[in-house]
Amino acid sequence: MTIITRRTLLGSATAAVAAGALTGPALLDWAKAWAQTAPWKPEKGATLSLLRWKYFVQSEDDQFVKLIDAFTQATGVKVTISRESYEDVQPKASVAANTGAGQDMFWGLYSLPHLFPQKCLDVTDVADYLGKKYGGWVESAQKYGKSGNKWIAIPVCYSGNMLNYRIDASNKAGFSKFPTKTDEFLEYAKAMKKNNTPGGFALGHASGDGNAWVHWCLWANGGNVVDKNDKVIINSPETEKALTYSKQLFENMIPGTASWNDASNNKAFLAGEIYWTGNGISIYAAAKKDPTKNDIAKDMDHAVWPIGPAGKPTELHLMYPILAMTYTKYPQACKALMAFMLEADQFNKWLEASQGYLTHCLNAYDKNPIWTSDPKNTVFGEAAKRTLTAGGLGSVGEKAAAAISDFVVLDMFASFCTGREDAKGAIKIAERQLQRIYR
Amino acid sequence: MSDLAINTSKPVPLGTTTWDRLKVNRNWVSFWFMLPAAAFLILFLAYPLGLGVWLSFTDARIGRSGIFIGLENYEWLWDDSTFWLSVFNTLLYTIVASAVKFAVGLYLALLLNENLPFKALLRAVVLIPFIVPTVLSAIAFWWIYDAQFSIISWSLRHLGLISGNIDFLGDMWNARWSVIFANIWRGVPFVAITLLAGLQTVSPSLYEAATIDGASRLQIFRHITYPMLTPIIAVVMTFSVLFTFTDFQLIWVLTRGGPVNATQLMATLSYQRAILSGQLGEGAAISTAMIPFLLAAILISWFGLQRRKWQQGESND
Repeated sequence: MTIITRRTLLGSATAAVAAGALTGPALLDWAKAWAQTAPWKPEKGATLSLLRWKYFVQSEDDQFVKLIDAFTQATGVKVTISRESYEDVQPKASVAANTGAGQDMFWGLYSLPHLFPQKCLDVTDVADYLGKKYGGWVESAQKYGKSGNKWIAIPVCYSGNMLNYRIDASNKAGFSKFPTKTDEFLEYAKAMKKNNTPGGFALGHASGDGNAWVHWCLWANGGNVVDKNDKVIINSPETEKALTYSKQLFENMIPGTASWNDASNNKAFLAGEIYWTGNGISIYAAAKKDPTKNDIAKDMDHAVWPIGPAGKPTELHLMYPILAMTYTKYPQACKALMAFMLEADQFNKWLEASQGYLTHCLNAYDKNPIWTSDPKNTVFGEAAKRTLTAGGLGSVGEKAAAAISDFVVLDMFASFCTGREDAKGAIKIAERQLQRIYR
Repeated sequence: MSDLAINTSKPVPLGTTTWDRLKVNRNWVSFWFMLPAAAFLILFLAYPLGLGVWLSFTDARIGRSGIFIGLENYEWLWDDSTFWLSVFNTLLYTIVASAVKFAVGLYLALLLNENLPFKALLRAVVLIPFIVPTVLSAIAFWWIYDAQFSIISWSLRHLGLISGNIDFLGDMWNARWSVIFANIWRGVPFVAITLLAGLQTVSPSLYEAATIDGASRLQIFRHITYPMLTPIIAVVMTFSVLFTFTDFQLIWVLTRGGPVNATQLMATLSYQRAILSGQLGEGAAISTAMIPFLLAAILISWFGLQRRKWQQGESND
């Protein structure tokens, strides 16, 4: 227990003042100057409420709070932040859109703004301003942010889901370089299993990690859920090929992955039970932070997903778009906050604080030191440029979101890998579910 | 009441409205007293239930009210293997878990009714699984059943009984039995303590008389304890079946309905489709499909409770 005395109080007060002198005024001066020149002048007496996904890396949220504080001090707009599990933001935002009451802004997942595009504030001016100033938006972000020619949300960032692997075990298995093709990757999985250093992907109802790897596998083999007109085309030889490939991988994974959720591979990797998996940078961040896991941090690295017969990157990374509701009384304040968040002076620090968990969608931030200061972070910087969008060839709207939330593709792979269905049976069930969703 | 009686006996003055008369009419007094309770029930029970049924006939999505589409949601469900799997899982989960909960609960209740040392302490200990928040106990079971870190697998491996970990939640049938076990662990105290309360109301004189007549312990249970307990068994089991049938938290934390929907219950599937996927109409249809099963459980118990045979022993029907 800490005993607080007059001396310790004076000491901490001095330290707080010193810290403030280093960062506070400089940040505030910049923020005030920005507020005076920014194209959006918040309405008089404006206050904002914002619902965001609950952070995975604490330092990311700490920096976000600092950013919001700076905005409040510069503009006088008080911002109330609420946090929910990332899957719970969508239902709350949808209800708010329907009832016209709730937070002014929502920062959620994937195609959230496309569930109610007519209820989203037109933020084309903000997107154009940021795009022009920071080297343009990556293509996938434009798909998530735009409805027709109108921007209905600002695609703040992605959360990259890449391959995490142990260096030493991979070397021992004869792979000094991580495989770049799907065939090599299968050989890698076999060799790793043979050396008793297996890995694994989640096949349980894991919204993030599970959906990421099965969509990669489907797309890498040329399969698709729907075509560009949202017609269901899952029933194809390519899908069958993807299933066969996934089963071969599954047979060379650690037993038990059919029950894994999003947290299972993190704890198995950190416990030294698995030697490769698909995940965000959170395993590495946790290993660096925990002195007892530092050896794992030193011995691990990340790689992009191998390329399959499709001949191009076929990854699915989590998109986090932010939107403002048309019912907000303070549209200018909302736009000002969106622009402020992505200005270099704010966003660069925020990216660094997220330790690679967040990946930018504006090209200029390729230069952020987070991607080069530690080479193990580098591949996460490519997430926005490599990702395909929810729905693949099809639209990114509510149907794509529903198919992902309903685990249609994930269950198709799981039922085939676990032997519950043959390939044709698994595809037929998935096709039926997709026809229901895309009807 | 006497004032009211006097009021109603007075001749109604000219110029009073029907409303004035209803306010003081003795026959309407009970109606006025029931009104707050009725309003509460209509607002918080009947309206949501009615709304749920209505939504099941629409294509409503979260954020959009939708239009009437008749039985389309049900037609899609009729052909949906995942839905039928969830019906099977729910029935299996409810029947097996409720039966075991009853058997173990009754056994525990009989045991705790005896004069045991530390009786009060033992009764308190039995309640622990019930008072632990469901989510917490579910997380504990999640670790117990973990594919890599299960304490059961670890112990058995160190005892040399198994060579690899047991895939509790990854194998379809293992997963089903695992979640059923977790539900039983959690639900037994409710049955045990309630039946124990019932046992305490049985007059000791009945047991004394039976003992004097030379009845065996089995005969005493069969002809005294069991008939005297039947009304409370009916109530306890109705609640137990309803709670088990509509269970959500345990499954959601442990498996989210996986693997491959092997533990998907109607309640979890309804949530997944309505809230996570945003298809409110279809989710509501799945919820509505639960009503006949729940009604059947309630009716069995209701009609059972009406029978004197259930209340006073087999021969007094």
